[in-house]
Amino acid sequence: MIAERWINGTVIAGILAVLAYAILADEPFTITLLTRVTILALAAVGLNIALGIGGLVSLGHAAFFGLGGYAMGILASHAQTFTPLDLGLFTLPGTKSMPVIWLVAVIISALAAWIIGLLSLRTTGVYFIMITLAFGQMFFYFSISWSAYGGEDGLSIYVRNGFPGVNTLVPAQFFAVCFVALCLALVLFHRLQASPFGLALNAARQVPERVETVGLNPMRLKLVAFIISGAITGLAGALFADLNRFVSPTMFSWQLSGELIVLIIIGGVGRLMGPVIGACLFVALEHWLGGLTDFWHIWLGVILLVIVLFARGGLIGLLTGKEGAHV
Amino acid sequence: MTTLLFIEQILNGLQFGVMLFLMAAGLTLIFGVMGLINLAHGSLYMVGAFAAAAVAGATGSFLLALAAALAAAAVAGALVEITVIRRLYGKAHLDQVLATFALILIFSEGTRWIFGSFPLFLDIPDYLSGPVSLPGGIKYPLYRLALILIGLLVAAGLWWLTARTRIGIQIRAGENDREMIAALGVNISALYTLVFALGAALAGLAGALVGAIQSVQVGMGEPVLILAFVVIVIGGIGSIKGAFIGAILVGLTDTLGGIFLPELFKIFMESGAATQTGSALASMAVYILMGVVLIWRPTGLFGARA
Amino acid sequence: MSEPVLATHGLCKRFGALSATDNVSIDLQPGEIHAVIGPNGAGKSTLIAQICGGLRPDAGRVELLGRDVSQLNTKARAQQGLGRTFQISALAMEDTVLENAILGAIGAAGRPWRFWRPVLKDTDLRERAMAALERVDLTEHAGKRTADLSHGQRRQLEVAVALTLSPKVFVMDEPMAGLGAEGSKQMTSFLDGLRREAPILLVEHDMDAVFALADRITVLVYGRVIATGSVKDIRQSAAVKEAYLGESA
Repeated sequence: MIAERWINGTVIAGILAVLAYAILADEPFTITLLTRVTILALAAVGLNIALGIGGLVSLGHAAFFGLGGYAMGILASHAQTFTPLDLGLFTLPGTKSMPVIWLVAVIISALAAWIIGLLSLRTTGVYFIMITLAFGQMFFYFSISWSAYGGEDGLSIYVRNGFPGVNTLVPAQFFAVCFVALCLALVLFHRLQASPFGLALNAARQVPERVETVGLNPMRLKLVAFIISGAITGLAGALFADLNRFVSPTMFSWQLSGELIVLIIIGGVGRLMGPVIGACLFVALEHWLGGLTDFWHIWLGVILLVIVLFARGGLIGLLTGKEGAHV
Repeated sequence: MTTLLFIEQILNGLQFGVMLFLMAAGLTLIFGVMGLINLAHGSLYMVGAFAAAAVAGATGSFLLALAAALAAAAVAGALVEITVIRRLYGKAHLDQVLATFALILIFSEGTRWIFGSFPLFLDIPDYLSGPVSLPGGIKYPLYRLALILIGLLVAAGLWWLTARTRIGIQIRAGENDREMIAALGVNISALYTLVFALGAALAGLAGALVGAIQSVQVGMGEPVLILAFVVIVIGGIGSIKGAFIGAILVGLTDTLGGIFLPELFKIFMESGAATQTGSALASMAVYILMGVVLIWRPTGLFGARA
Repeated sequence: MSEPVLATHGLCKRFGALSATDNVSIDLQPGEIHAVIGPNGAGKSTLIAQICGGLRPDAGRVELLGRDVSQLNTKARAQQGLGRTFQISALAMEDTVLENAILGAIGAAGRPWRFWRPVLKDTDLRERAMAALERVDLTEHAGKRTADLSHGQRRQLEVAVALTLSPKVFVMDEPMAGLGAEGSKQMTSFLDGLRREAPILLVEHDMDAVFALADRITVLVYGRVIATGSVKDIRQSAAVKEAYLGESA
């Protein structure tokens, strides 16, 4: 059996090796694919905090991904038309600066996660799954009917937003920005998991009644986890929108929520690098199977069924011989 | 805003509500008896619609089309139950979510593979088309009225089945204590397959009936599935009565909200902005309803367990 | 008698037609072990749930250290000094023994909101947890996964988690459940010493342990207190014999 540390190192090294190859061979499309992997992994690292440590099966994380995306879309569209954003009481100028957009994306998603979490965490189990799914769908329909920002057609941004000291128009440089964000999120996940909060949250997933009898509030632990989780997924949404220079209601779609869970499952639930491995495999499958057949989702479905029924620890679980967290 | 329009919209809401009920009843039965959350229920709705469209296209008979929808969905449901779903009973909800998500992918892409990406159309038969005059001078499409009737009949039938028949007693006993009814000699796994197929047939029926007023296409099931989840959350998981009342509430809220909220906002906003704000809010109305019910009763109106 | 550390006054709880707790008033004095016994279905678990905050009584109140805590939830009662153990071990099975004990230490410190520093490097929490593990002889198993412990060791860990809280009162739900003869003996002698730290409300089926430990015994039948008294009183009580052995006795 292989130690998890070695697998983690290999994955990071593998991503960087593909990057080096793509730069040398001048294949910008490969870099774009890698950037897609990185951003999806970031979104899933966020979900992994709620799902993997906290045991919260959220089928509505697309809500935060989409909110991050629209934070970027709305701010940048106001900047590119030079019209301030009218918020009733006051107006805000649009912006093309990534750090500002990220901050807004994180705050908005955290707020949404706070409200959705407060309502959804009143329940557990199947109710929680259905309610998060429903709230995600609410944002989907809202974005479709909100015609001021493109409605069903979405919003296009002509030039990628800027980051101080980086030329984000160069694929490798934009990748670097996303990759650093992913690494920071991984460090955060790692520290969080080992912290007192992580220990208590992990226990709240397994034995909430015990957590209560030591004088802690399991629901509040889960709510805070849900907020942190939503904020990270929101950040990923802002980056995803910048990658495509386009935002549309599909960022809110329930399929995306489902795919984020799938990423984590493929890699391994509650494991540091589970989302990254999952994202690599997912994008690779999408690219490879998608090239072979138009109906690659059938095979994705079959693979997923096999994993769920026969390999519950995900790929890391198979390689290390240890099962993942039980959710 | 006239009374006539109002009544017409209430009927539309009822029609939408009873169709949601056909979906929600199956979901809630399956959860209540087997403890399974089935995301692929929307796929069975789609299977029903496609089977109906294909048979109607080949034979021209709407009744045969409906029969085909019921049969196809029930068979698909039974097959899926025996091959996959059966392995998920008693497993973690996450496993159930993922496996049934995988089933959606397989069903959707499989259907696209067989029928292509273009929508199919299922025509309303002549004897059900055209408007009918109701008391008070209201003209209303006969087909939609028929949908309301069918929905109410199915609701009554389900009530009769669960409350008055032997199989219904076994189903209710299965909700409470599966060891007990196994000990009484009931074949549990056959009962589960039967319940799953019944739920699937109801979904397939709904898909075929709605398919005649909308287009039949891949992915048509999931929006309905998610609304059916909202219905169940409102009504309480496992309760047929809750599913019925929740479905009517959601149907009415969605339909009336879409029509009247923009009108309401026109009272104190200029027309364009009112339409925009109103329709955006209307798209959220059922979810807000769900939120309010949750604050008031976390396990739904008629739900006992979490 | 001095001021009781824990007391219930006229607790009532009905589930439909069934009266699970019927006007139960018991108290726990400093330094004592007060055992609650009764046949299956007597309402012992319902009583514990009401004392610890998991169930709201229909009537009556619970006092902890002279304060009415009836309106407080489980978490707040724990913070007020109520340490409980579960009949069926409620432990994080995927975590190590030490981590389970540290959970108690985090609760005792009341500070779970630390997101950055590794919990295992926090010497305060660690020492507190290790001290509790040492007292129940689990030091050498600290690094083991809880799922890999024997049943008896889990019972010990269950007590250790309560110890990390340094509670003012222990409420123990069948700590001997599933222990063998040797295990019961060890647990009995451990609890015997523990009473000096905090009094124990002990719900237990193991009569040898109850008769060896209890300063007082309360007998619960069909949700009602039918006798309270010393071990000797209870052994001689006609009502208790009737309840346990049937009317012919």
